[in-house]
Amino acid sequence: MFRLERRATPSSTMSIVSPLLAASAMLITGFLLFSFLGKDPIEAFYLFFIKPLSSTYGIGELLLKTTPLLLCGLGLALGFRANVWNIGAEGQLTMGAIAGGGVALWFGESDSSLAMPLMLLAGILGGMAWAAIPAFLRTRFNTNEILVTLMLVYISQLVLSWLVHGPWRDPQGQNYPQSQGFGDAETMDVLISGTRVTWGIVYALGLAIIAWVFSQKTFAGFRMQVAGLAPAAAAYAGFSEKRNIWIALLLCGGAAGLAGICEVAGPIGRMQQEISPGYGFAAIIVAWIGRLHPIGVIFGALLMSLLYLGGESAQMGMGLPSAITGLFQGLLLFYLLAADLFITFRLKRVVAAPENKTPQMATKLEKAA
Amino acid sequence: MNPLVPMIASTVVAATPLIYAALGETVVERSGVLNLGIEGMMLIGAVSGFAATRASGSDTVGFLAAASAGMALSLVFGFLTLNLQTNQVATGLALTLFGIGLSAFVGHDLAGLPVDRLEPIHIPLLTAIPVVGDLLFHYDIMVYLSVVLYLAVLWFLSKSRMGLTLRAIGESPHVAHAIGKPVLTTRYLAVLFGGAMAGIAGAYLSLVQTPMWVEGMSAGKGWIALALVVFGTWKPTRVVIGAYLFGGVTQFQLFAQGFGLPVPTEFLSMLPYAATIIVLVIICRDPKTILLNQPASLGHSFHSAA
Repeated sequence: MFRLERRATPSSTMSIVSPLLAASAMLITGFLLFSFLGKDPIEAFYLFFIKPLSSTYGIGELLLKTTPLLLCGLGLALGFRANVWNIGAEGQLTMGAIAGGGVALWFGESDSSLAMPLMLLAGILGGMAWAAIPAFLRTRFNTNEILVTLMLVYISQLVLSWLVHGPWRDPQGQNYPQSQGFGDAETMDVLISGTRVTWGIVYALGLAIIAWVFSQKTFAGFRMQVAGLAPAAAAYAGFSEKRNIWIALLLCGGAAGLAGICEVAGPIGRMQQEISPGYGFAAIIVAWIGRLHPIGVIFGALLMSLLYLGGESAQMGMGLPSAITGLFQGLLLFYLLAADLFITFRLKRVVAAPENKTPQMATKLEKAA
Repeated sequence: MNPLVPMIASTVVAATPLIYAALGETVVERSGVLNLGIEGMMLIGAVSGFAATRASGSDTVGFLAAASAGMALSLVFGFLTLNLQTNQVATGLALTLFGIGLSAFVGHDLAGLPVDRLEPIHIPLLTAIPVVGDLLFHYDIMVYLSVVLYLAVLWFLSKSRMGLTLRAIGESPHVAHAIGKPVLTTRYLAVLFGGAMAGIAGAYLSLVQTPMWVEGMSAGKGWIALALVVFGTWKPTRVVIGAYLFGGVTQFQLFAQGFGLPVPTEFLSMLPYAATIIVLVIICRDPKTILLNQPASLGHSFHSAA
């Protein structure tokens, strides 16, 4: 028999092994699922995890999709560490795209070298402004940020929908709900020729390093970690909870906003109704797989990006619905949360009590066990 | 006919799924468990209710299937949070993400297919009364059952012994455990009940409100139900009043669009979401309201040896 026993200290090995366990469990489930659906699991795995990476273009797509996931995941991880439950990165991404895209449309076909820096800045500020709403409501009116950030996702998508159906609609666009395409100076340069990956991935990786320095080496980062791990200790030390909430939300909003403008100024190249297939939500899983650690989040974003690509590839190659990506994402987070049990607990073998004890003794032992 | 009558009638229909989901979550939260997975369970309920009704031709089978599907998902949530003591917020989010993905996957071939709408019941004589008949006796059976559910939850929480136990566990699981109350069992039952109600709420969307399956059709209603529990300060009566108010807001925007109000439809569609935020601000503004009404152990894991 085995029984769970609390570890004296949380295991740091297990916190790295746990995502691997979860990923393996997800693969096994995938294997069973594909077999159950009557598909050849080996071929499905090939389509899902190998084929997307078998060309330079594929690697480019992987990095392209990693960009928004990494940017949002970094911001979310920072907040989750400080017990700030911002789950509306999708809305902050949308607002960043709207603000930055608005600047791009204002520049039109202009060749100004100011266009791109201003677009990026507007994107960051747009995301920050959108995240400032839940920060203000939480610090001033004690309002739960989970629900507010989520409601703001729906509102931001409706704002975008209004803009592309109304004021921003391309008059020559045959009534499609989209703006005219951005000019050359308003489109981000491609980083690796032959792919669609832009400079956005460089910004995202740079931000990961900055986030690591911030959370590990600065006092503000330390205060936020203490607030997450031991709220009472943070309060006793006089760390301001409000300041943590503002920092967490503004930084995440800014990063998500940058993700938004990198999408519309990169692969999309115009404003349109759909700009993100749920990157902001998938980033919640990214943050968790990355152990809420900036460097870990990079790996989480790569894995999640591969799941998106694999879903598309399996859709084209096998006619599986691309919703399978969402299914795998959800499963992965479930398995991860379960596997995390072993960070604080371990399985201990319970030795059966010897049989030659007196009956009373045996019952006592059983009770004690 | 008085133009107010169809408006009130459609408000009731809009409010009904919120009532099921929010009353279910009220019971869950009163036991000290925060399940943020309502949106996911509603979607699973919607797709399985739709599929079961199409296959069997019976709405009863559809709603039962939806309730079972919701319970199955909530069982996963219960196992993770109650047995493995995972973080309830993260697990609830996982449940929602998983539910969105699974429902889209399962429902891929069902999108766009028709199903017979659950028809309003016809009560001889009563339905025929002018105005009153239309207002009170012209709904589908699930509307009347939602009233029964409200009364049952109200009685359970305030008058029954088990309800008292459940509330005690929600306030202080350690004390309840010390005097021999079954903390885990009670919480499991509450979580399963919440799952069943969320499943039914979802099926109401796909079988009554818009009789078809559309990917992501709950459109945030699960989250609004969560907000309603806070709005109702964890009290069934206020939760139900809140649900009808929200139903009214949803219907108001449809009517405003119909009357040709010179406001873009997108802004009218924002109303329920904006209203949720405003309402939360009003309720939470005074920290004491939350402190006095929120179950004290809400969201905290319980380990008997701790």
